[in-house]
Amino acid sequence: MNERLINILLESFPKIFLQGILITIPLTLVSFALALVIAMICAMIQVANVKWLKPFVRFYIWIVRGTPLLVQLYLIYFGLPDLGIVLPALPCAVMVFALNEGAYCAETMRAAIESVPQGQLEAGYCVGMSYMQIMRRIVLPQAFRTAFPPLSNSLISMVKDTSLAANITVMEMFMQAQRIAGRTYEHLALYAETALIYLIFCTVFTKLQRMGEKKLNTLSGGSSIRA
Amino acid sequence: MLEVKGLKKTFDNNEVLKGVDLRLGKGDVLAVLGPSGSGKTTMLRCLNFLERADEGALTFLGAEHDMPSMKPKQIAEYRRHTAFVFQSFNLFLNKTAIQNVTEGLTVARRMPKAEARERAERALIEVGLEGKFDSRPNELSGGQQQRVAIARAIAADPDVIFFDEPTSALDPELIGGVLDVIRSLAEEGRTMIVVTHEISFARNAASRVMFMDGGRVLADESAHEFFEEQKLPRIQAFLNKIEREI
Ligand SMILES: Nc1ncnc2c1ncn2[C@@H]1O[C@H](COP(=O)(O)OP(=O)(O)OP(=O)(O)O)[C@@H](O)[C@H]1O
Ligand SMILES: [Mg+2]
Repeated sequence: MNERLINILLESFPKIFLQGILITIPLTLVSFALALVIAMICAMIQVANVKWLKPFVRFYIWIVRGTPLLVQLYLIYFGLPDLGIVLPALPCAVMVFALNEGAYCAETMRAAIESVPQGQLEAGYCVGMSYMQIMRRIVLPQAFRTAFPPLSNSLISMVKDTSLAANITVMEMFMQAQRIAGRTYEHLALYAETALIYLIFCTVFTKLQRMGEKKLNTLSGGSSIRA
Repeated sequence: MLEVKGLKKTFDNNEVLKGVDLRLGKGDVLAVLGPSGSGKTTMLRCLNFLERADEGALTFLGAEHDMPSMKPKQIAEYRRHTAFVFQSFNLFLNKTAIQNVTEGLTVARRMPKAEARERAERALIEVGLEGKFDSRPNELSGGQQQRVAIARAIAADPDVIFFDEPTSALDPELIGGVLDVIRSLAEEGRTMIVVTHEISFARNAASRVMFMDGGRVLADESAHEFFEEQKLPRIQAFLNKIEREI
């Protein structure tokens, strides 16, 4: 390795990493938090069988899961201005990522809630609790334990998927790397470096997931509790 | 105390309850016997509205209700006066033994935490689980889980407790302990309906025995009449068969 290349790598690393800390990670966390809210609402509507809302939820999930994320980004960012709706790139990215991930997480949560034995609900009724009380205190905590690993998976995927936001001019990690690569022509080195930084972030999230699972296990007294 | 008239329930073309009448006085312990599929579980579930009856009139604490049209609020109120013990325990899996008992007190009945805790401890001690307050369901044997479920049922001091085959899911060596607990509740004067296949329990602990077959009540009489002076050949055959199995 020559000195120039080493200098480029040393100089670009903090720049790309900083963009990760400033944009990629906040973009991921905010979008994912919103996705969880959307997912929770959609899952509850389906599980509680809210008649007039359920078709809308199914429709939304159908659309989102049946179309590519990149196309969704383009549609909102480049498409909506044709209707006179112009959104800045970052909010646009947050919205698309949240709506996209929300649909997937809704299915994860629905499956997790449905995996809680029916007897839990019946026992709750029999001690006099209301449906919402049983959901909040009995069913959802158990469902959350089941949903935690797949949801963590989704979060880790999202860290990487946010690189697509570069396509709609969001100055996140990957966009930063592209710029430096374009300027220096060191594509291999820079994209390898970028991959490494993504790997670092994802490794941290994976570690957090492990810790979270341990914590949940001690809280709920074992992972595979079933009646 | 609790009276039901003309209880009917059909599951898609299968009429499971064909007009069941039932009358329970304070302190009555009614054992419900009958062959598999005769509708015992369905009757009990209708009595606590886990299944919605198609027809039936329920009189409880002096008020009469039409079972198919009872409102969720009325059902919730009624349920706070009753308790249900399931064949498969159905303990809240994310709660400890004592939390299983306090949950219905603090959440559904808005009892202060300290009072609920005290009651829960008393109930758990009564069923013989003093050392297990903070155990999770998955750390308890089937017999212990069922005793937590019984503690959960008695803690709120319900007017009537429904048991659906409380010992059927238990290993043979654990059955005796749970039956002893239920028997002691009977002796305390609690009002209970116990669906069971344990003939000796029905004989010793029940004040009355009801026999169901094909969705109908064939007999509803004192335990003595039922076991010692049984005239119906259908029931005699049933009792003989069970005694031969034992
Ligand atoms: N949810 C349901 N949907 C359809 N059919 C049902 C349902 N629950 C019960 N049945 C039917 O009702 C009939 C009576 O069932 P039930 O469980 O009440 O009998 P049981 O007397 O409790 O029997 P066992 O002694 O085996 O517990 C059976 O034919 C059963 O198949
Ligand atoms: Mg049954």
